[in-house]
Amino acid sequence: MKLLKLVPDNTNIGFVKLRHWAFGLTALLTVLAVGATFYKGLNLGVDFVGGLMIEAKFQQPPQMDKVRTVVDRLGVGDGSLQQFGDPRTVQIRLPLPEQGGAGAANAIVEKARRAMTAEFPGVAFSRYDTVSGKVSGELIQNGILAVMLAVVGIAIFSWFRYEWQFGVSTFVAIMHDVLMTLGFFAITQLEFDLNIVAAVLTIVGYSINDKMVIDDRIRENMRKYRKMDMKSLIDLSVNETLPRTVMTSVTVLLALGALLLLGGHVLRGFTAAMMLGIVVGTYSSVYVSSSLLITLGLTPQTSEKKASKGGGLAAQAERMGPRDGAQP
Amino acid sequence: MLNFSRWAVVGILLPLVVGILCAVPSFLPDSVVTQLPRSMQTRVNLGLDLSGGSHLLLEASTQDVAKQRLANMEEQVRTELRRGQPRIAIGDISSRDGKLSFMVREPSQVDAAVERIRPLTQGAGLTGQRDFNVEVVNSSTIVITPTNAGIDNAVKSAMQVATEVIRKRIDEMGTREPTIQQQGDNRIVVQVPGLQNPKALKDLLRQTAKLEFKLVDTTANPAEVAQGRAPVGSEVLPYPDNPSGVPMIAVKRQVMVSGEELADAQQGYDQRTNAPVVNIRFNGAGGRKFGQVTSQNVNRPFAMILDGRVLSAPNINEPILGGSAQISGNFTVETANQLAIALRSGNLPVDLTVVEERTVGPQLGADSIRAGLVASLVAVVAVAVFMFASYGRFGMYANLAVAINVLVILGVMGILGATLTLPGIAGFVLTIGTAVDANVLIYERIREERRRGRGVVQAIEHGYKEASRTIFEANVTHAIAGGIMLALGSGPVKGFAIVLLIGIATSVFTAVTFTRLLVSRWVRAKRPTEIVI
Repeated sequence: MKLLKLVPDNTNIGFVKLRHWAFGLTALLTVLAVGATFYKGLNLGVDFVGGLMIEAKFQQPPQMDKVRTVVDRLGVGDGSLQQFGDPRTVQIRLPLPEQGGAGAANAIVEKARRAMTAEFPGVAFSRYDTVSGKVSGELIQNGILAVMLAVVGIAIFSWFRYEWQFGVSTFVAIMHDVLMTLGFFAITQLEFDLNIVAAVLTIVGYSINDKMVIDDRIRENMRKYRKMDMKSLIDLSVNETLPRTVMTSVTVLLALGALLLLGGHVLRGFTAAMMLGIVVGTYSSVYVSSSLLITLGLTPQTSEKKASKGGGLAAQAERMGPRDGAQP
Repeated sequence: MLNFSRWAVVGILLPLVVGILCAVPSFLPDSVVTQLPRSMQTRVNLGLDLSGGSHLLLEASTQDVAKQRLANMEEQVRTELRRGQPRIAIGDISSRDGKLSFMVREPSQVDAAVERIRPLTQGAGLTGQRDFNVEVVNSSTIVITPTNAGIDNAVKSAMQVATEVIRKRIDEMGTREPTIQQQGDNRIVVQVPGLQNPKALKDLLRQTAKLEFKLVDTTANPAEVAQGRAPVGSEVLPYPDNPSGVPMIAVKRQVMVSGEELADAQQGYDQRTNAPVVNIRFNGAGGRKFGQVTSQNVNRPFAMILDGRVLSAPNINEPILGGSAQISGNFTVETANQLAIALRSGNLPVDLTVVEERTVGPQLGADSIRAGLVASLVAVVAVAVFMFASYGRFGMYANLAVAINVLVILGVMGILGATLTLPGIAGFVLTIGTAVDANVLIYERIREERRRGRGVVQAIEHGYKEASRTIFEANVTHAIAGGIMLALGSGPVKGFAIVLLIGIATSVFTAVTFTRLLVSRWVRAKRPTEIVI
């Protein structure tokens, strides 16, 4: 039986040679992403800005103008409309009244329900969220805190586990992934809500997974080939792990693709974010974080110094090393 | 490495079988599951976004609690000094900046006043602090300041009572499996699956349901009452349904009987007008008190006051001795029933406001489950085909591991009583994708080792050993991200993190240990000299 091999055996691509181009391109894209985020801003959902969100499902695809007129006639402030998922579903966003709290929000939902039913018989509100300004502020804080903690926590882990260069390169690569995701949301203006924070954290988790595998191989090869220069060593490591990198990215993208197409409209933004994150994360593993190690001055000698200091997990990994080398 | 002792095989297979068995109830209909013994009802709960229902986040204002406490203190001080013996005359009572201050008219009584007030304060916390500080300023003014420990204590106990009251009220509504939890210092999360219109729920939660009976002050000048001024010892309260047209009424400050002395409250109908009313029954002490006051005040009106608003002010036609009474007001059957529930469950010690509300219709929930299932199935099939095409026999082993993994995750969630949310389904699909990553790592490593010229058995042994280390490391970092999501995330994010974390743990086991068992059995049975991988 002939098996599928996405990456042919003995592939040898000179990733390190390309690093200046890659760094340039990465820097440019990151600046663009950050610029887009600042310039266009994110389309923050009610989770983060507070307010009232109603998802209305109509019997027939409604004319948006007509829906807008009905919403405007409610007289509860500036509303915004958005087609959501299929043409029969419309998302209506309204500001929350300053005074009156829950009762007032309830009244608005009821008022909207009556007005909509009068104009479009059979319309149903399939969900609605009300988030007060206070809670949305906390959610934003928690979201930012969670992402920062994850990135820093993981960077510290790989710093203790390996050399500081690995920590820094991982940190840079993951920040790149996060910023690219933000840029994607700024450009597409897809709604950025609580679920997207989960998506960003998953991207962080996946991306780190990817980098760990390559970093681990670099470490292994540093012990195996003590004389090899760093550039060829990193090229070798990245190429050796390339089949796995590609395989895993493809399987995850396959799974997420199913979710994007069939998983329903509520999860669409979430899935889109993750798919983009997988692509970006894979790119940054191959082109950014490994090559960055050279720029940061990682040499086989730095690795040995740390190893001789020993201690904890690192020492255990070290004990495995020589024994492997001794085998034929 | 490829040899497993009999016990090791049992040790690997047993947890998987248990996990799969625990997943079974999640696929059975309700009627079957309820027949099972309690320990076997390991079912995954559906989150509100899948089952439909309402999520409410209620917040109590701590300022409100503090204010109310101060008002209570003022009342206690008045009663103690003016009614107790010997009487101490006080004046200039004011509660500003969260402090209560008043002047003792007779300077010689200042010390006696402080002596009498001290016992009104209580210990707060473990530091021996009191809940109020009492001090004398300018030789004749007494200032009572609530301490922080005292306020914290009050908020804490108020929240405990409030959570209980809410639980009672929601249980009375007869909804299924509500979740009511205190969150942080002053918040309560309420989740009611299947509830489509949370309006009734919110109305019910908003009622403080503080019921009081007070005598109407008939001596008050109607013109003054209309301007909000009441004679000494009385107060003006809003009375929206006042037949006289003025939406105010003056009542005596003294409480005849209060809602705390109720034994029961039921919605009923007025015998004459057939209007909805609430029938109440007092407990023994309350009934005696009510009988006494009504005997002394025949032919005078009394006011029924709910949450500071007068509902009605009927005349006492005859002494009411049986301990039962009827609350009339402008009720509908629904509002009367709500009031009855609220009265039965006791009054909320603090006002709660809804700061977050999410409602998902059952239709959308059902759609989401269906879409999620279809997506998961397609994802599994796509990944399985891809793995088979890439690794042949070994790919099938990985696929079997993934299938078992999915069931074991469901089983573990069932055991933990975890909730599956819509992002949780996404977590599932993602886990399917990443679970095979471990196998990919191993198999790629075996391919490499083969290319380097190692024999079949050695290549497999080496592949598993080398890759295991990498897999462990990569998953630790992945778990860090998951743990942070679980700790900091709210609602949907948490649901996602739970699936992700369980998936990380189980997938390492199924993808590494379980497939190694399968591979080793095959290798030992067939002793292949060449493998297709």
